[in-house]
Amino acid sequence: MNHVRRFLATPEGMAGGLLLLGFLLVALSAPFFFPRDPLSIAGPALLRPFQDWSLPLGTDRLGRDVLAGIFHGARTSLAVSLAAASASIAVGAIVGTLAGFAGGAVDEVLMRVTDAFQTVPGFLLALAFVSVVGPSLGVVVAAIALSAWTGPARIARAEVLSIRERDYVASARVAGMHPLEIAFREILPNALPPVLALASVIVAQAILVEAALSFLGLGDPNRVTWGGMIAEGRAVLRSAPFLSIIPGIALVLTVLGVYLAGEGAVEASAARRSLA
Amino acid sequence: MKRALLLLRRRLIGSIPVLLIVIVGTFLLLEAAPGDAVDAYVVSTGGDAGMIEALRQRWGLDQSPMTRLATYLWALLHFDLGHSVTFSRPILDVILERLPNTLLLMGSATALSFGLGSALGIVAGAKPGSFRDRFLSIGSLALYAVPGFWLGLVLTVVFSVQLRWFPISGIETIASGKTGLDRALDIGRHLVLPVAALGFIYLALYLRMMRAGMAEAWRQDFVLAAKARGIARPRIVLRHVARNALLPLVTMLGLQSAQMLGGSVVIETVFSVPGLGRLAQEAVASRDTPLLLGIILVSAVLVILINLIVDILYAFLDPRVGASEAAA
Amino acid sequence: MKPMLSIRGLSVAYRRDGQEVVALEAIDLDVGAGEKLAIIGESGSGKSTLALAVAGLLPASAKVAGTVEWPSLGRAPVNGRDIGFVFQDPSASLNPVLSVGEQIAEVARTHRGMDWRQAYTLAEELLGRVKLPEPAILRRAYPHQLSGGQKQRVAIAAAIAGKPQLLIVDEATSALDTIVQQDIVALIRQLADEDGMSLLFITHDIALASEIADRIAVFRHGRLVEVGDTGRLIASPREAYTQGLLAAHLGLEDVSR
Repeated sequence: MNHVRRFLATPEGMAGGLLLLGFLLVALSAPFFFPRDPLSIAGPALLRPFQDWSLPLGTDRLGRDVLAGIFHGARTSLAVSLAAASASIAVGAIVGTLAGFAGGAVDEVLMRVTDAFQTVPGFLLALAFVSVVGPSLGVVVAAIALSAWTGPARIARAEVLSIRERDYVASARVAGMHPLEIAFREILPNALPPVLALASVIVAQAILVEAALSFLGLGDPNRVTWGGMIAEGRAVLRSAPFLSIIPGIALVLTVLGVYLAGEGAVEASAARRSLA
Repeated sequence: MKRALLLLRRRLIGSIPVLLIVIVGTFLLLEAAPGDAVDAYVVSTGGDAGMIEALRQRWGLDQSPMTRLATYLWALLHFDLGHSVTFSRPILDVILERLPNTLLLMGSATALSFGLGSALGIVAGAKPGSFRDRFLSIGSLALYAVPGFWLGLVLTVVFSVQLRWFPISGIETIASGKTGLDRALDIGRHLVLPVAALGFIYLALYLRMMRAGMAEAWRQDFVLAAKARGIARPRIVLRHVARNALLPLVTMLGLQSAQMLGGSVVIETVFSVPGLGRLAQEAVASRDTPLLLGIILVSAVLVILINLIVDILYAFLDPRVGASEAAA
Repeated sequence: MKPMLSIRGLSVAYRRDGQEVVALEAIDLDVGAGEKLAIIGESGSGKSTLALAVAGLLPASAKVAGTVEWPSLGRAPVNGRDIGFVFQDPSASLNPVLSVGEQIAEVARTHRGMDWRQAYTLAEELLGRVKLPEPAILRRAYPHQLSGGQKQRVAIAAAIAGKPQLLIVDEATSALDTIVQQDIVALIRQLADEDGMSLLFITHDIALASEIADRIAVFRHGRLVEVGDTGRLIASPREAYTQGLLAAHLGLEDVSR
């Protein structure tokens, strides 16, 4: 509880918390406020915002409700970013732990693979992966994870290298625990906190990469995405710029919320350390 | 000089296995793609079953995967990235034609984000905890939250559609017949918005790193020592504090190059800049997988080269680098 | 004669974790022109705080009462020009990415109105004065290329580059091994004599202090225990604490020289 209070006491934490809360409420309440398929036609085409209060943010070229799109798009962003971030942290933590714990040739090979993944521009890799396998929600998640697991892997490895010489690891060895058991039950949990500190950046990047993929037409075609809405509005950028601008604002506020919350968490934990 | 050369050699050797892994990875993706080069070729040109068989044999596609990987490697060794069905030309030619535009865009955007970012970072880091520090730190975070392609669209709406200051798209006025300085200025005008869209996003990164590095450097003893020697504050800020905080930024410059190449895909698409990123988008749109993977390979080589240059630059900026190796 | 430096009722307290920690309490002390004064005490005695207070280098959070005056100067002292400061750890007090020549020259440029060329020439000269070999080559070296003793010589050169009247030396030899220590102390004494500098020599080592100082001030828990001419203080200390310090050093040959 103290944790949360300290987090909210920082201006960053407060602002980020509020933005994220708003984002979560929007994403979770979408089916209640907008039970209809957001891809269906809701009114006249290209209705400007604030004209008709049943369609407050107006409609796009096909007469689809922009506000409904924002609400349902938030769901996609939330699902993709959480899944992709969890997957990349999990993969990174496992690879990093294995590399750091095993050392030797295993470490060498795993780290060269990590280097290789960091050498290829992440977005190009995600692009190629989706275009080869075909766009769907799961593939997009996998593609983003594929381009984001290297950061957590490096940090996990560095942590493991510093942890593995500690006493409790030595005593686990003496107690005859299997090396893999030591790696994942004794070392990984202790190496995890610094990896999780990366979480906010990874979630934010995942939201942005998902948006960029959808913008290029590589999102799940059966779902509303903010990136897709921006691309859709691009065709009428001169006459109806709001169609591209509104979902972009939603994106910026969400990503900013994630970053601010991350800053707040860092400051809160720094405050706790200085009090200790 | 000796330090730099030693470093260069070590890095070049170190990047060989990395490049091999990238090649095998792209080969696997190529294998995973539905259909092969012959299918794509036949789709675009038409042909009967006999011709398909002949082509498969000629291109070695009827061999085992290991043999094909060997063929692929052998071809790469001769700088042969294969044939683009979309462009009916060798992939490498298409890529090399587009590469300069991307390099120009990336170079300008990097200069913008690094230059302005580190300068603002010095302003913020000159007095950690001050109002302007907090303002710049939070403000840059907001900028970092902006998707590049959306920033590009907003800039287009404001500066091209409304104000008509800059052209909407392209790298230069088509068939303008401009040469020399006129042409350079024309290209420059076309590049202002894409460079701004790409550069402003990453500006935050350098700003925040510089600021954090300076906050760290202020606590170092040598800063107190410089104060004890009565060195004037501007010189302490720039020559002692910022100079030390600059080093990790230079490393970031290399790490960031891969990200920027990825970012240039959407930016070049938004502004129709005929570069490598736009080419990647075109390859995706026309399902030209060999072309896309060729782009990935060239990008990886580019990233390795940029990091090499950055390493050498770093060795010049930090006298401690490679000292132990040169002595050994 | 007016003292060069006059400290009256100086108290310093730091705030640490919401609590006030007193580092110095009501110190009265004078340093005469050309005098070599040693401050000795154990860690936590406040001797380094005194050095920082005289140079005006205390952190902004420190609470300071009392006065530090410069009667013979008639104005506020300028760091580098009036006070030279040599820190304990030369590896930390030199900027790792600047050449040693630049770090000496920038002091001369700041305080002696020289341009860079003149300042570098002076830096070379000073590197020679602190007895470093090949000054013309060494001025281009970086701190990591030098040994601890060499680095401390560079720091001394930077400290005297502004021709200060007072040189504060804060435990400048405790990070070095014994032989180098002796050389550095001898160098500091020689430089002070040649330039007529006053010296504030801060150390925990009473033997070292007696080698260099005209007068010794003994500090303990932020208070001045006693102060007196070196010979007198060593031969017949008045305070039990000083006797204890001396006793701890017994066995050192001829401390009363």
